[in-house]
Amino acid sequence: MNKITNHQLYRLIIAHFAEIIREPAVIFWGVVFPILMAWGLGIAFTKKGDVNIKLSLVKVITEQDSVHETKLAGYLATNGNKKDSTYTIDLKNEKLGNVNLTFYETSWLNAYTMLKKGKVSLIIEDKATDTKYHFDPANAEAKTAYQLVANLASYGSAFYGVNQSGIVPLTMTGTRYVDFLIPGLLAMGIMMACSWGISYTIIDRRSKKLLRRMVATPMKKSNFLLALITARFTMNVAEALLLFVFAWLYFGTKVQGSWPALMVLFLAGNIAFSGISILISSHTANPEIGNGIINALVTPMMVVSGVFFSYHNFPDWTIPVIRYLPLTMIADGFRSIFNEGAGFADVWLEALVLTSIGTVSFIIGLKIFKWY
Amino acid sequence: MTDLEYIVDVRHVKKSFKDVHAVKGVNLTIKPGEFLALLGPNGAGKTTLVEMIEGIQHPDEGEIFIAGKQWKNHQHELHQMIGLSLQETRFMDKLTAWETMRLFASFYKLDTVRVDEVFQLIGLEEKKKAYVNNLSGGQRQRLALGVALLNKPKILLLDEPTTGLDPNARREIWNILLDLKKGQKTSLILTSHYMEEAEFLCDRIVIMDQGNILVEGTLQEILTLGGGHHSLDELFISLTGRHLYE
Ligand SMILES: Nc1ncnc2c1ncn2[C@@H]1O[C@H](COP(=O)(O)OP(=O)(O)O)[C@@H](O)[C@H]1O
Ligand SMILES: [Mg+2]
Repeated sequence: MNKITNHQLYRLIIAHFAEIIREPAVIFWGVVFPILMAWGLGIAFTKKGDVNIKLSLVKVITEQDSVHETKLAGYLATNGNKKDSTYTIDLKNEKLGNVNLTFYETSWLNAYTMLKKGKVSLIIEDKATDTKYHFDPANAEAKTAYQLVANLASYGSAFYGVNQSGIVPLTMTGTRYVDFLIPGLLAMGIMMACSWGISYTIIDRRSKKLLRRMVATPMKKSNFLLALITARFTMNVAEALLLFVFAWLYFGTKVQGSWPALMVLFLAGNIAFSGISILISSHTANPEIGNGIINALVTPMMVVSGVFFSYHNFPDWTIPVIRYLPLTMIADGFRSIFNEGAGFADVWLEALVLTSIGTVSFIIGLKIFKWY
Repeated sequence: MTDLEYIVDVRHVKKSFKDVHAVKGVNLTIKPGEFLALLGPNGAGKTTLVEMIEGIQHPDEGEIFIAGKQWKNHQHELHQMIGLSLQETRFMDKLTAWETMRLFASFYKLDTVRVDEVFQLIGLEEKKKAYVNNLSGGQRQRLALGVALLNKPKILLLDEPTTGLDPNARREIWNILLDLKKGQKTSLILTSHYMEEAEFLCDRIVIMDQGNILVEGTLQEILTLGGGHHSLDELFISLTGRHLYE
């Protein structure tokens, strides 16, 4: 009669868990997608393949010019390969990675079309006497292209190959892009799983009047929420482990710091986002509004919290704000444990703040929670 | 407790949503074992009234006694005593009928013995392992009814349990309820659009419109009271100028 399997908390956890694992979309977004993302981005930024840069070359020859060839085109014609109206030239450097430059000789009009379509990032106005470069200096790729072509025009292709001994490529674990990425993805996984898995579930059940039906029984309300969080947390642990094991096997990702500290921070992150998820789903019964609320919470943090790239490129005044966003605290903490050998001493404050955010949100959420 | 005259006693209950007066001062009593039908068109206030009795909504004015107790200080006891199905509840799609029933059974500290009993009662044994979203409308309503019956409630409140069902599926539900009536241990409040349902199942009929009770009594009483009408629909037209079910 009093078997644990008849207990309401147990049955609620089982029910929530069954719902999670029986939904193929949940498995895809929670398990497969993060691994695909780690794999795709990890490869894209790690592989030493050749870089291809494409440019538009507009020749401007005036009648006063004594020669019949422009400056850069003349160089390319003798030193590169020409095919139809396309010149190619390869810059070689084993350490830096090779660069293949492709110049499309074309009209002004067409050059601008190519620029607008993103096919090229730089237009070269090539004359007999000098060469002008049209590009957006704020575009890093265009800037690189400019520097390469300008050097090429002045010094020839050999400039790129010099000083190879002075370059030391970082391939050590902890310094590659994947080492930056994996902790970020783990942090993002917590946020996404809680906000969709908890908030959306609550809103959906409210809209289907299931919450109302459940609280019209002797069910304890706290058990319902506790079970939802527990089932979600169990799933989050599994998702994180799978991603980690993949990264470990495929990229050789290692935790250089303290495992217990990592676990505590993981738990604190889950508490933070579980609490926030309860808070944001405490009122609405409309899944579309819920969708909007969740996106409004999640999207800004995805962009600014440095999951995929460092937030240090944002303006200085934003950094203090960004640093204390929940997702940033988790991602930064994970990174320092993974890559810098950090331990409790380095992340206890973050863990404490995250736990407090979660607890306060949970309490407020519960106060204003609408069961009907 | 058994010597109480009324198992449900609703006194001068009012409820408004902003400027909509959903229930405008209703009095209603139900005797132990009595089956009562609450008829009325959409928007009459049936759901609001029933949900106030269920403790889900709270009256703006007036009082509700269930077995002599009020919701505000006897929540736990009253939850044990009532069983209900809401208008249009959807259970979790990816749980089986069995898992759904076990989940609700756990809220009442009931074990699988009772769950099995209820499946037999609602004739859904062969669907125990089916996911809720693979059940037909009628099967879902029977599941909802089963959930309502788990705790052997003294008072059963069913909000439009047969709306949208075909005649066969409706029959199945009626038969379950008729069996329950024979047991004489349960009072029923059932809301409906269907006059046949009220005639077939219930001892007493209450007709509501626009938040008020228009007439109440046995079928015979209200038909003669209305001046010898042949059907409830005819009576309703003569009272309001509209059809009961549109
Ligand atoms: N939560 C609510 N907010 C606003 N109006 C409501 C709400 N619930 C019911 N109403 C209104 O109260 C009236 C009675 O509704 P209801 O009790 O659902 O009637 P019935 O169940 O008889 O169809 C309707 O006019 C309905 O629109
Ligand atoms: Mg209704």
